[in-house]
Amino acid sequence: MNPFSSGTRLRDMIRAVRACKTAAEERAVVRKECAAIRASINEDDQDYRHRNLAKLMFIQILGYPTHFGQMECLKLIASAGFPEKRIGYLGLMLLLDERQEVLMLVTNSLKQDLNHSNQYIVGLALCALGNICSAEMARDLSPEVERLLQFRDPNIRKKAALCSIRIIKKVPDLAENFINCAASLLKEKHHGVLITGVQLCADLCKVSSEALEYFRKKCTEGLVRTLRDIVNSPYSPEYDISGITDPYLHIRLLKLLRILGQGDADASDRMTDILAQVATKTESNKNAGNAILYECVETIMSIEDDGGLRVLAINILGKFLSNRDNNIRYVALNMLMRATTLDAQAVQRHRATILDCVKDSDASIRKRALELLYLLVNENNVKPLIKELIEYLEVSDQEFKGDLTAKICSLVEKFSSEKIWYIDQMLKVLSEAGNFVKDEVWHALIFVISNASDLHGYTVRALYRAFLTSTEQETLVRVAVWCIGEYGDMLVNNVGMLDIEDPITVTECDAVDAVEVAIKRHTSDLTTKAMALIALLKLSSRFPSSSERIKGIIVQNKGNLVLELQQRSIEFNRFLQKHQKIRSALVERMPVLDEATFSGRRAGSLPTAISTSSGAPSNLPNGIAKPATAPIPDLLDLSSDDVPAPSSSGGDFPQDLLGVDLSPTLAPSGAGKPPKASTDVLLDLLSIGTYLPVQTGSSASHILSSSQDDKALASLSSLSANATSPVNAAPMMDLLDGHGPGPQKPTENGQAYQSLVAYESSSLRVMFNFSKQPGSPQTTLIQATFTNLSSNVYNDFLFQAAVPKFLQLHLDPASSNTLPASGDGSITQNLKVTNSQHGKKLLVMRVRIAYKTNNKDVLEERQINNFPQNL
Amino acid sequence: MIHFVLLISRQGKVRLTKWYSPYSQKERTKVIRELSGLILTRGPKLCNFVEWRGLRVVYKRYASLYFCMCIDEDDNELEILEIIHHYVEVLDRYFGSVCELDLIYNFHKAYFILDELLIAGELQEPSKRTVTRLVAAQDSLVETAKEQTSSITNIIAQAAK
Repeated sequence: MNPFSSGTRLRDMIRAVRACKTAAEERAVVRKECAAIRASINEDDQDYRHRNLAKLMFIQILGYPTHFGQMECLKLIASAGFPEKRIGYLGLMLLLDERQEVLMLVTNSLKQDLNHSNQYIVGLALCALGNICSAEMARDLSPEVERLLQFRDPNIRKKAALCSIRIIKKVPDLAENFINCAASLLKEKHHGVLITGVQLCADLCKVSSEALEYFRKKCTEGLVRTLRDIVNSPYSPEYDISGITDPYLHIRLLKLLRILGQGDADASDRMTDILAQVATKTESNKNAGNAILYECVETIMSIEDDGGLRVLAINILGKFLSNRDNNIRYVALNMLMRATTLDAQAVQRHRATILDCVKDSDASIRKRALELLYLLVNENNVKPLIKELIEYLEVSDQEFKGDLTAKICSLVEKFSSEKIWYIDQMLKVLSEAGNFVKDEVWHALIFVISNASDLHGYTVRALYRAFLTSTEQETLVRVAVWCIGEYGDMLVNNVGMLDIEDPITVTECDAVDAVEVAIKRHTSDLTTKAMALIALLKLSSRFPSSSERIKGIIVQNKGNLVLELQQRSIEFNRFLQKHQKIRSALVERMPVLDEATFSGRRAGSLPTAISTSSGAPSNLPNGIAKPATAPIPDLLDLSSDDVPAPSSSGGDFPQDLLGVDLSPTLAPSGAGKPPKASTDVLLDLLSIGTYLPVQTGSSASHILSSSQDDKALASLSSLSANATSPVNAAPMMDLLDGHGPGPQKPTENGQAYQSLVAYESSSLRVMFNFSKQPGSPQTTLIQATFTNLSSNVYNDFLFQAAVPKFLQLHLDPASSNTLPASGDGSITQNLKVTNSQHGKKLLVMRVRIAYKTNNKDVLEERQINNFPQNL
Repeated sequence: MIHFVLLISRQGKVRLTKWYSPYSQKERTKVIRELSGLILTRGPKLCNFVEWRGLRVVYKRYASLYFCMCIDEDDNELEILEIIHHYVEVLDRYFGSVCELDLIYNFHKAYFILDELLIAGELQEPSKRTVTRLVAAQDSLVETAKEQTSSITNIIAQAAK
């Protein structure tokens, strides 16, 4: 005998587990027991098999793996004695489920047990079959179960009836075999058999229309009679529950009658009397009675009826709704939800009570009530209801705010007859629960704001006010920052003042302050900060006087640890410095978004609306919009044959530029790939977190070129033709990347200056190209180009420069430190010189060039005095 | 239809689980964890229903034990409360004022009773008396079988002497 398994009895093991103070101790005990049980299983120890299985079941309940005991169940079931079989079947139901292949091995034992002479063993087999049989087993053993439906003992008949339910659910084809037997069960007197028989009939109707027709014709009358008998039956202690005889039977009969009456006026007609009787006579002071009433109401509302009974049903629900018991109120809300499709008017009468339920302290009731209320909102009551809901939003539980916000937003959007009302309500929601607002909701809001051109001023001022009071709501900050960026000038100048507005004085400085707050707030996430950076860029052109300060804020972010922000700052800083001339065109106000396209996109997106299971129409999807229908990807879809007029597209999406990842390495590498679908219009436009290397790269290039040169149009059409060539991305690189290789044309941006040969010797030539940023005449950008005139390669090439105090010099890194021989390539390096005495003094510079050639250090120095006059 | 029955103690310990719909071992653990979190945290005067993954969980607390049954959305929640009570009453009859410890040490008995009450997630027997009678009858079958074996063992043991 195994030395381990002999030790602990089941009771001792449970005691040991209970004595464990920590989870680790418990695991240790269980591990030891499992090891002992495994050892015992390996020895095929028969004496302790059922004790081992009992232990395993306990271990399984604790949540530990017990698969190694599955075969033991089968062995116990196959043994002859009742105690072994009993524990074996229990283990089978606990340790296995229908998806395990091992289960198939038990089919034969089950078949034998279903034919066993001991009715309790038959009962065990039926129970196991009913609880875990698979489709194959159902097919194999269905004849046995059919036969047992007529077994002499009622306790076997009822088990067989429930077992049949499992069989027909697994294999609906078998339904017709059971119809006749099921019908005969309806005549039984034994309550267990009757209940299970009625249930079997109901399930047969669900899987087989043939069964439905049969029971409707043959059994409706009988079922009505059975229900009448049970309703009127005298007190019977065995089945009595708080004064009602067998409420379970009531409920099942009502349920089956509902199935039979649905869609059949004749059958419905036959049951109206008894339904009226149940609805009026049932005591409603106890749970059992209410359960029956609840079922009865549902039956009344489902069958074909002229309306007399429905009034009764709705009244019962009204009474339920005012009940103090939360359970009763919950089911009332649940049922009223189904009643809205039948009689919306009647449900509307309870609107006030339902609204109170939305504010209940019980989360389950609140949820039900909110979903019901959602269905009740229409054009006439939307305004007061939304007002109430938004007021409640202020005081509601944190965990409920998400649901509530989603519903409010959905309703506001659905019934937004006036844009100003929509904007007002949305601003309230954003201020109260902005953190719970989903992305597509605030995207939609921005979309509406953009379309309501007469409300731009009003909206930006309202947002500014809201922003000052609640900076903790992320989405409010985002929308506010976006609007300030777009309509900052209207904020400051009180443009488009409405009568209802209080005048507000905001200086340019205040507006920039607000955006600065957003960017410096610790809680702001990446999206918000990125949006704030764009807003700043836009403001720099709206408010020329604040432009220096804005530049300062942007420069602060150049060292940001988040790559996205760092990159944006550096790029924007470059815009501000270098591209004064095109800046105002770049940061123009966003064009009005195309409504049809936008709603089309949203409608085409995921259908999981916030709406309820009742399928109320809602055009607010939860999911992210699906790709590829957006105007931008279409326009820039390089793989498509017909490219729409590029000139308009170029001018229309200046935002692309701002959000684009401008990294020059991305543009050419991405140019050959098919454009990736973007996720959302606004996301595209603001390009937050999405990288669209192909489209944006090329579009940026052509926007820039078209703003300089009409010839770019021609090049754009060729762009669509040979999009794979990396050359297409070059214009952007030229403009934005000062130290990139290739032909440089920076002078196009500003005034043209003559190039200067700053230094020339027998071995080296240094060329200076000059350019200036519009708006900052003091600053000169110099591009130095070094060419090797000797026949030896120069290594460790280093260019240094020094200037007098009235000048400031900034040197960018050189493009390389190796200069190939014989003019076969060059090194470029950018310098920035700021002349504080511009106009009075000329530029002057001392340069030193060091390099190695033939392992020899060479040093060349020179002073440059011949800079052009006007620098 | 009832998808599963759970008995969870107030401390979150699982005392009984019965699955009428297929859930893998992993899912079972997850379900239990989720539902304990949902149910054990609810206040005393709230309703007995929790919405969960498109299903409803009806629960009722008896002393330190939560009895939970998970049903479809269109099932009768109030009736499930009665079924839970029905089960508790049968347990009470069988054990004689049942307590949590009875269910821990005799968990298999709790299962035997449940199997006489529910099959395939549907109610089998509305009479408490019938259920107790059937369980008792099977218990006595087991007792008889045990006596027989022990007497046989005795005979063998004596014969061996």
